[in-house]
Formats: sequence, structure tokens, C-alpha cells
Amino acid sequence: MSRRLPRGVAPLLTMLLLIPAAGCSSIGVAGQRVTVFAASSLTEAFRTVRADFERRHPDTDVVLSFGSSATLARQLLQGAPADVFAAADRRTMGMVTNVGLAPKDPPTFARNQLQIAVPAGNPGRVRGLPDLARAELAVVLCAPTVPCGAAAQDALRAADLKVLPDSYEKDVKAAMAKVVLGEVDAALVYRTDVLAAGDKVVGVELPAVARVVNDYPVAILNAAANPQAARAFVAYLRSPVGQRALSEAGFEIP
Amino acid sequence: MTVNRPRIRGVGGPVALTVPALVGLAFLVGPLIGLVVRTPWRRLPELLADPAVADALRLSLVASGIATVLCVLLGVPLAWLLVQPGLPGRSLLRALVTVPLVMPPVVGGVALLMLLGRNGVLGVPLAALTGLTIPFTTTAVVLAEAFVALPFLVLSVEGALRSADRRYEEAAATLGADRLTVFRRVTVPLVLPGIASGAVLAWARALGEFGATVTFAGSYPGRTQTMPVAVYLALESSPDAALALSVVLLFVSVLLLALLRDRWITR
Repeated sequence: MSRRLPRGVAPLLTMLLLIPAAGCSSIGVAGQRVTVFAASSLTEAFRTVRADFERRHPDTDVVLSFGSSATLARQLLQGAPADVFAAADRRTMGMVTNVGLAPKDPPTFARNQLQIAVPAGNPGRVRGLPDLARAELAVVLCAPTVPCGAAAQDALRAADLKVLPDSYEKDVKAAMAKVVLGEVDAALVYRTDVLAAGDKVVGVELPAVARVVNDYPVAILNAAANPQAARAFVAYLRSPVGQRALSEAGFEIP
Repeated sequence: MTVNRPRIRGVGGPVALTVPALVGLAFLVGPLIGLVVRTPWRRLPELLADPAVADALRLSLVASGIATVLCVLLGVPLAWLLVQPGLPGRSLLRALVTVPLVMPPVVGGVALLMLLGRNGVLGVPLAALTGLTIPFTTTAVVLAEAFVALPFLVLSVEGALRSADRRYEEAAATLGADRLTVFRRVTVPLVLPGIASGAVLAWARALGEFGATVTFAGSYPGRTQTMPVAVYLALESSPDAALALSVVLLFVSVLLLALLRDRWITR
């Protein structure tokens, strides 16, 4: 009987002992760590930027956390530890800078535009923005509370269109997933997302009147645990090399 | 009968257990107190006046109710099947029933899309035959909720069936009752408390469902936006509204649970 308990507990204890050890080793070897909260539309671009940055700064470990800018801003307001915040619009960045968590008027490091994403083969024969209003099509938009949703509302208003989507998705990646899986005929997402999805998704341009441009600001948080590494990361992001990586991902350079 | 019952040492458990017990209780109740304390009570009427709130609440109650009925209709026979003597592959079947329980709900939502989505294994023939597509409909909400809730009911009823005294069923059978009559008149009444508590668990799980629902059904006010989805989205734009929605959901679940408890569980 007395053997049963230790047998169950031993692997658990081993795991508990290993977790801090694993953490220590990465800190010990890498030296410093910079935690970056980034809009989910930056996922692919920032993974490339991180790889390049870490190659040039072998002593720095970049930890990326992606989510809708609104979710990330909310997490920062609740005290989430991060060094850098890269948002998909000025409004969500304002949630953080307005309460003094980061300096006001952070610089814009990239711009993005909306595009209509349709599954490969374009089953709904979507040619332009007015097609999204066709009742027989399955269409998703981002929720108006997140940047891509706010931009979508602006674009539809500018084009004087009323679109009743099948769903308001919680962030741009969730909307994209529905297109990639072929569950919908169209979604309003960023150009960069269409590019990142490869040949599973085709992009349809918006008419000039509905072209909404999102500014992507980046800020170093006042409470950054590692401001020096944070500054290095932001500087890299805004350097010609970083800007080229963003441009290759489909962003416009300010 | 119980007058002057001698106290036996060691019965009643070690007193030291009350410490972790109280810590456990505080751990469960603490966050709820935080929620209630931070809720902007004065602005509550104004925050809840939004018709979207009533829509989300109604949808949540209707969908979780239908999902629970579905769980009972399918889950009780499934539990019965699992306890049949001589059932081949019982442990495999039970493991399959438990999978949705241990799987992250988002994965459940993706799995439902792969089966019933527009390009799903069954979704394609379904659309070809009937022209119907399931994702982004209230039906999808009900299916997602039933998918995650069903294991709770099955395991609860299975436990009740397992601990029920089989001799009553045997007696009824020797007295000439056919199998269906035995199941209906003896087995089901015998495990009714197990069915009731399983149904309450399943309903609670369905009411709180988020991951499978947003993945499979999406989020559209009045159609697929349930309370948990509404809370999640509100948290991004207006945390006060999210708190208001949360206390409503908390209040409704506690109220229904209390009503059901009086009615069925403690008999």
C-alpha cells in the first residue's frame, strides 16, 4: 500500500523540478528576454522579424504573444507583464497610452489595408465589396470591437453598403480560419493575412472609396522589465531590415 | 436509537483536513466575490437595457435547454449500453465517451466543422441533399453544447446504473415484464437522481460553453452569440458591460440550480 502514493507522486515531482530548470536554462543562456504583445495580424511578419533579430542579438530571447489588439490592451491594463506592445490601430493603442502605461503618440511602424479574402476557387464568385451584401453568401466580419472589425465597418460605411454577416469573429485570425476551412465565401481581413495564407486563399481588392488604412503603432511600456532589449527590438523593427520584412509580409511602410 | 452513541476515536476524519478544505472553498468563492464587488451595480439597469443582452440570455437558455434534452435522450440509453454485461470493447467505448471531456473545446469545435461544416465529411452530402448548412446557425450552437455536455450526463448516469441494485430488474423480469418495461418502470426510476444530477451538470456545462461554440457556430447577436461569447466580446470594448453580463449569467445559473435542487435532486 505504502508504495502506491510515491509512485503517483514521483513523476509529478519530477515535472515540477524540471519546469523551473527549463526556464532557468533559457534565461541563463540567452541573457535577456523581451516580451512582445502583438496584434494577431502581425503573427507571420513578427515571427520572421524575431528570427532575424535573435540571429543578430544571440543574447536576447524574444517572446511573442499574439491576440486581438483589444484583448492584448485589456491584458496590459490588468497588469500583464510585457515590454513592447504593437497594436493594429491607434484606438487600441490609446487604451494603453491614455492611462499612462506607455508614452503618448507612439510611432507608426507599418500600415495595413483591408482586403476581401475568398477561399481558393472563389466558390461564391466574389468580385468586389458589393458582393458581400448578397444574402446567399456566407460572410464573416471581425467583431466591431477589434481593429479589423472597426476598419471593416468604416469601409462598408464609406462604400454605403449594408452587410449582415453570418458571424462577427473575435479576431482577424479567427475570421481567416473560416475562409481557409472553406466555411465561408468571403471575409473582410487584412491584405497581410491573405498573403500569409498562401494559395488556400485569394484576395479581392476593395474599391478605392472603401480603402481604409490602419496605422500600426508600437510602444515600449513604462513598466518594461527589460527596456534596453525592448528599445533594441523596436529600433530593429523600424530599421531598413525590419521594414523590409514587414513589407514582404504585405504591410505598407510609413 | 442514536441516544448515547459512544464516540469512536478516528471517526469523523482528521481535523487538519478542514484547513485545505477552507482554502479550497475560498479559492472557489473568492473570484465570485471579486466579480460581485467590482460590478457597477448602479449602472446595471442601463448596461443591461441593451436589447443584445436579452437576446444573448434568451439564446443561451434556449440552446442549453435543448442541448440538455438532447443529452438526456441520447445519453441515458448510451449509459445503459455501457453497463450491459458482456458488452464487447467496453473500456474502449467508455474512453471514446470521455474524449470530449478531456479535449479542449476549441478542438471540439474544429472537429464538428470537419464533420458537419460546409466542407465536412457529412456536411457536403447534407448540403447536396437538403441545401442546409449547419455552421453559423442556432442548431450549430445546440450541437456544440450537446457535444461537450453529453459525457457529463453519460458518466453520471453510468455511475448510478452501476451502483443500482440489479435484483429489482431481475425480479421484474421474472414477474414477466419485458425488457422495455423493465427499463422504463424499474431501471429509470431507480437511477432518476443520477439522471437529474447528470442533466444539471450537462446543462451547466452547456450554458458556459464558449470554445466549441465560437469555433463551430461563430458569433452573431440573437442567432449564435450566447452569453459567454457576449461576455468575451464585451470585455474588449466595455469591461463594465462584461461584468454586468457575468453577474446576470451567474445569477441565472445559481437560481436555476437552486430551483432544480429543490425539485429533483434532494428528494
